[in-house]
Amino acid sequence: MNVSVNATAPADSVRWIEVGPVEAIPHLGSRIVRTARGDIAVFRTFDDAVFALRDRCPHKGGPLSQGIVHGHRVTCPLHNWVLELTSGEAVGPDVGCARSYPVRIEDGVVWLALGTGGDE
Amino acid sequence: MNKPRLVLVGNGMAGMRTLEELLKLEPDMYDITVFGAEPYGNYNRILLSPVLAGEKTVDEIMLNDRNWYTERGITLHAGSPVTEIDRGGRRVVAGDGTEAAYDRLILATGSKPFVIPVPGHDQHGVLGFRDIHDVRAMLAGAGQGRRAVVIGGGLLGLEAANGLLKQGMDVTVVHLLDTLMEKQLDGAASGLLQRSLEARGLRFLTNARTEAILGDGRVTGVRFADGRQLDADLVVMAVGIRPNSELAEAAGLHCERGVLVDDTLQTFDPRIYAVGECVQHRGALYGLVAPLFEQARVCANHLAQLGIAKYGGSLTSTKLKVTGIDLFSAGDFVGDDDSEEMVFQDAARGVYRKLTVKDNRIQGAVMYGDTLDGPWYFQLMREATDISDIREQLLFGQAHVGDAGHGDQACRVAAMADSAEVCGCNGVCKGEIVHAITDRKLFTVEDVRAHTKASSSCGSCTGLVEALLANTLGGDYSQTPAKKPLCPCTEHSHDEVREAVRARGLKSLEAIFRTLEWRTPDGCHVCRPALNYYLVSSWPGEYRDDNQSRFINERVHANIQRDGTYSVVPRIWGGVTTPTELRAIAEVAEKYAVPTVKFTGGQRIDLLGVKKEDLPKVWGDLSRAGFVSGHAYGKALRTVKTCVGSEWCRFGTQDSTGLGIKLEQLTWGSWTPHKFKMGVSGCPRNCAEATIKDLGVVCVDSGYELHVGGNGGVKVRVTEFLCKVATEAEALEYAAAFLQLYREEARYLERTAPWLERVGLSHVKGRVVEDDVGRQDLYRRFLESQRPAQVDPWKARAAGEDAHEYTPIREVAL
Repeated sequence: MNVSVNATAPADSVRWIEVGPVEAIPHLGSRIVRTARGDIAVFRTFDDAVFALRDRCPHKGGPLSQGIVHGHRVTCPLHNWVLELTSGEAVGPDVGCARSYPVRIEDGVVWLALGTGGDE
Repeated sequence: MNKPRLVLVGNGMAGMRTLEELLKLEPDMYDITVFGAEPYGNYNRILLSPVLAGEKTVDEIMLNDRNWYTERGITLHAGSPVTEIDRGGRRVVAGDGTEAAYDRLILATGSKPFVIPVPGHDQHGVLGFRDIHDVRAMLAGAGQGRRAVVIGGGLLGLEAANGLLKQGMDVTVVHLLDTLMEKQLDGAASGLLQRSLEARGLRFLTNARTEAILGDGRVTGVRFADGRQLDADLVVMAVGIRPNSELAEAAGLHCERGVLVDDTLQTFDPRIYAVGECVQHRGALYGLVAPLFEQARVCANHLAQLGIAKYGGSLTSTKLKVTGIDLFSAGDFVGDDDSEEMVFQDAARGVYRKLTVKDNRIQGAVMYGDTLDGPWYFQLMREATDISDIREQLLFGQAHVGDAGHGDQACRVAAMADSAEVCGCNGVCKGEIVHAITDRKLFTVEDVRAHTKASSSCGSCTGLVEALLANTLGGDYSQTPAKKPLCPCTEHSHDEVREAVRARGLKSLEAIFRTLEWRTPDGCHVCRPALNYYLVSSWPGEYRDDNQSRFINERVHANIQRDGTYSVVPRIWGGVTTPTELRAIAEVAEKYAVPTVKFTGGQRIDLLGVKKEDLPKVWGDLSRAGFVSGHAYGKALRTVKTCVGSEWCRFGTQDSTGLGIKLEQLTWGSWTPHKFKMGVSGCPRNCAEATIKDLGVVCVDSGYELHVGGNGGVKVRVTEFLCKVATEAEALEYAAAFLQLYREEARYLERTAPWLERVGLSHVKGRVVEDDVGRQDLYRRFLESQRPAQVDPWKARAAGEDAHEYTPIREVAL
């Protein structure tokens, strides 16, 4: 399986969390990882790539995990902002960014890197 | 790797739009070189009139400055007109000797003003009105008290005359005929226009054939065939434009009036494309911006090797860019023996409108004084809408056709203050929109929507935004009649997609994407829900609903709220409940600490603020108490509102509650293009407000009146009377047949009101009332589609279906 890393953080402050099998995330859908610092949405796209964003739209805080996934993008369910799953950046002309987290897939299992400090 | 080389000849609006559209599709496909005759970047030629009038500066009308080209790695040769195309050697040569080789070539050489070859036309002080150079020369020659003669009383001539008048000149417009703007206006509107321009200080000389320009190297006057003579310090020739096809002709490309192109904008040489005013397509020439942009989009599609777009020609509308004069013209406003005219004239208000109508379709429109309804008439014309049902109100405008939302004086765009709110959903006012249009160079409603959010929510202000675009961009803003693609993933319209789904037996999203050549692998948030609906409604029981193509509310069968919690509305048949049911709801509300319990407008109870993970448990409890989903979250059958009817009410004529319950039991669970609400009133007092529902029944002593196409909401619209039936059984059959017709014909997200306005009540009557066999077929198809649809989604989910939707995949203490 391919490895996709979509954010960078110093290696020593990162902890990799086992999320679960890729199949547990719906194709063109997402699941939530609940953390003490808020939810993280883990998305699976048409090409079975997996991405993780903080589950809050930069616009009005809508839960991105509930949006429609298309291409490598997700549309927020509240006001239809479209965000790039690779970077969390809003697609122009909207401006904003949801924090993205590194993800990797090993033997069909999704791993998510959480920073041990610094994030909200 | 060497990229193929693309050369653009003509640095104007059509050519540059083609490049912009191409870069959107394929940013890195070509190595691009642009040649322009003028020594600037690309500017907005349609705004030259406001520059001449001193309302804008040259800098303000620039669209792409030199940096734009540099940033994209495009080579720009500005001020170096191409003089030769060497088709054999596949290169172009400019006047200054610059050469560029091409693999693909776009010709966008535009047009040039027609100069009447009368004696003296080449003297100093005789100008055209075409480019920045002309405008600068006019401004240099203008001056207080100096005399200008503008030859040509068409759109361009009048705009030039108005600009020179603003510069303090003494201006006379000379016209060959006695009707100004005869290509756009009839005699009456032209008369109104002339009087209004005269009141501003312009003078007119009509029926005047120019014979000679007088002067001795510098213009001094104009002489006419009948011997009249005018003194002049400046003469502007604005009698028309001609496609600039000399370069193409010299290269041996087939030309008639312009460079001939096919529906893909290809010339007779397959390596060479042509767009814009230099082009002749299916015998027509175009000079307005909207058709040119449409051509640009199609041409770019082929240059990007997508090969799926076609240009089918354009209908155009015109507005005059003279500040303070509202004038609109579209289509064939003269008519012929088979067409009829509808005229409205109010001299005191200075309002005139004329429509030409043929076979109940609008062929053309001329409006003067109040043009807010112009885009509406143009839309009716483009879509060839049958107007027989709205004939009586047609001339008074859209506000008089069952639409109580917008359309009073406050909405007349020209009169609106900058601070007036246009988009009530997103709080966007007129000033913001106008600034966005000018500062960010926006041309379309979609552009305005993306940048300002105006008209991006409920859409009711779309007409206003269009009117603002027309007013701000000036005359040449117009929409093309081209069908509207469903979304950017495709060229196909809603109707085409649905037709293909049925006719070609497409039974999955993948089949649609593949067969109809979607541009994206998996669609987008706009097309997927629409396609899913078309599949659900076309193949009941056969197509498996795609959860991931449903908006969140329909995916999880509850309404998402602004804080990410959900609301739950159980179905309460006909609005009639029992103490036991109420107790069950109360217990659920307490057990799950539901923060707000509210009665809805549809006679049911809304539990607001339920946490997502509690939803299956809440549904389980409600399900055990006998409730099913109320579908308050879906594009689906919502409620049937009733009054108490003959059972209790002393005025009631029939059992309206009983009928309401039967209607709801017949129709619940049905997915529809947009939400669908019903109401049943027991007598004409109409306490259930049935006449603002998608389908309303008003009981009378002798039977049941059926009313359709109403809604509250954004634009309150009262229903139209469909028919009256004698029995309850008939009422149910007709209602279901109407609902099925709507399900089969309306576009996704089109409510019954706009659908009805689009297809006409006569059409619906023909299918549901007059055609007994057809109605029974509709009814049968409805019942068939209900069989797989009437499964309570709540019960299934309470029992564990889609459990992943309601639980986190992982919880961590971090």
